[in-house]
Amino acid sequence: MTAPSARQWKVAGLALLLLFACALPFLVSSYRTFQLTSALSYAIALLGLNILTGWNGQISLGHGAFYAIGAYVAAILMDRWDVPYWATIPAAGLVCLGAGFLFGLPALRLEGLYLALATFALALATPQLLKSKHLEQWTGGVQGIVIMKPDPPFGLPLDQDQWLYFFALAVALAMFWLARNLLAGRIGRALVAIREHPTAAEAMGIDIAFYKSATFGVSAMFTGIAGALGAIVIQFVAPDSFTLFLSITLLVGIVVGGLASLSGAVWGALFIQFIPNVADQISKAAPWAIYGLFLIACMYLMPTGVAGLVRATAARLARSPRRP
Amino acid sequence: MALRGGALLNVRDLSIRFGGIVALDRVSFSVPEGAIAGLIGPNGAGKTTLFNCLSRLYRPSEGTILFDGRPLLAAPRHRIAALGIGRTFQNLALFRSMSVLDNVRIGGHCRMRAGFLAHALALPRAEREEAALLEQVRLLIDLLDLGPVAERPVGALPFGTQKRVELARALVTRPRLLLLDEPAGGLNHEEVDQLRTRIRDIRDRLGVTVLLVEHHMNLVMTVSDQVVALDFGRIIADGTPAEVQGDAAVVRAYLGTPAA
Repeated sequence: MTAPSARQWKVAGLALLLLFACALPFLVSSYRTFQLTSALSYAIALLGLNILTGWNGQISLGHGAFYAIGAYVAAILMDRWDVPYWATIPAAGLVCLGAGFLFGLPALRLEGLYLALATFALALATPQLLKSKHLEQWTGGVQGIVIMKPDPPFGLPLDQDQWLYFFALAVALAMFWLARNLLAGRIGRALVAIREHPTAAEAMGIDIAFYKSATFGVSAMFTGIAGALGAIVIQFVAPDSFTLFLSITLLVGIVVGGLASLSGAVWGALFIQFIPNVADQISKAAPWAIYGLFLIACMYLMPTGVAGLVRATAARLARSPRRP
Repeated sequence: MALRGGALLNVRDLSIRFGGIVALDRVSFSVPEGAIAGLIGPNGAGKTTLFNCLSRLYRPSEGTILFDGRPLLAAPRHRIAALGIGRTFQNLALFRSMSVLDNVRIGGHCRMRAGFLAHALALPRAEREEAALLEQVRLLIDLLDLGPVAERPVGALPFGTQKRVELARALVTRPRLLLLDEPAGGLNHEEVDQLRTRIRDIRDRLGVTVLLVEHHMNLVMTVSDQVVALDFGRIIADGTPAEVQGDAAVVRAYLGTPAA
């Protein structure tokens, strides 16, 4: 009765973390704040990919495409129709939900590496489709679209970077709340069941075809919302920002962060946002070699991702005081 | 034993071929509601094949299966559980990384309605459904003595315990017909005795009709009201345990020689 339960520790920990997250933009430079905002957008994208790959077991090498679609929906809505920036977030989510669901339907027939190849093709095609002459009047072709940076509303005493950070933080909290709810009950169990034993899942009454394509849709929705947020933060979209490399980076993020882990999406986002900078500082000549070393070190030292390591450490700390 | 009404399961002229091999050859039998029926036969007789037809994993070449008077072969695989047929698997088909509790909870999937949106927004109807499920699951976990391991990942548990998890999972689907594929396989003597009591309890207390495939003759003959014997994909005997035990064709199938 006296000792706080695991749940209470968790709530207290999350509250502290949130407090820290709210204090950050007042403690660091505006460039760092911008980087953190961008990391928040990656965290949402990784959450989306993790729902698909970590929970449901479908590999996607093409989630950069959904990130791109979300980014372009936001940019076009603001550029063409003067839609306010905040309203482009749900719009991008809905468009990507539809796009993901439709892509998920044919992808149903593909398993494992074959699905990886089909999504790989999506990632390869996207930048070129965005440059296409037919879409140029919307997408701005190779030039892309420049977006204005939004001002803080209600006369809040924040600069633009700080406001965008808080806006992204609010969107990220909402998305993590939705994901946690979705994965905690019947739907989350069905996703894992399909990953672990499809035959048994079906015998338990789970409609695999529906769940797989719906999951593709939901996953794309998260990643699309992240894309829209990313576009608003960077104030610019262009086809070459969304190459295959982005898709691979997202996959790296969920593995390093921790598969099938909510907090893993945050760790992964910090990794893909900051480790390239760190690598660049270590060696200007071969930053990607350093990045590769970081990656290999992560795989060796944290085979279940950062989230797995944190979980194991917390479990060890919780056990040790009771030992004589 | 009180048998309610007519046949719950009615298999008519079921045949299935794999390549040139006839795995089931015009198999016909029925199981009355409320019965415990045993399906026996030497290895390769077609018992598991028959089970896989009943849970729609295999599509028979010919024949019909009526469940409660309705054609089963028209239903898609994921509808079978909702229709009222639950099953366990010969070589365990659990979700290994999940806890015992979550494995058993998955059985409730087919009885729940709340979808993606209701769960994502944590709507009250989704929460109510989850709470009701948890209550039902706790009862079955107690019934099958799984309480002490409820939070453990299922993959790390002993074989006999995993079998009980599968049984609990199948019961959460609220079946009218329960298919048990070699429930005694890999169990020790004491566990088989417990299993016998459990199978009777499932029928008597939960009102579930049971069809089991089993090699453990003692278990089949003591627990069943009806025994169906298969050999080379054909039915060679169908009757009470005493009738089937004394049947010359059954003895031949098992011993390979005529009864002395």
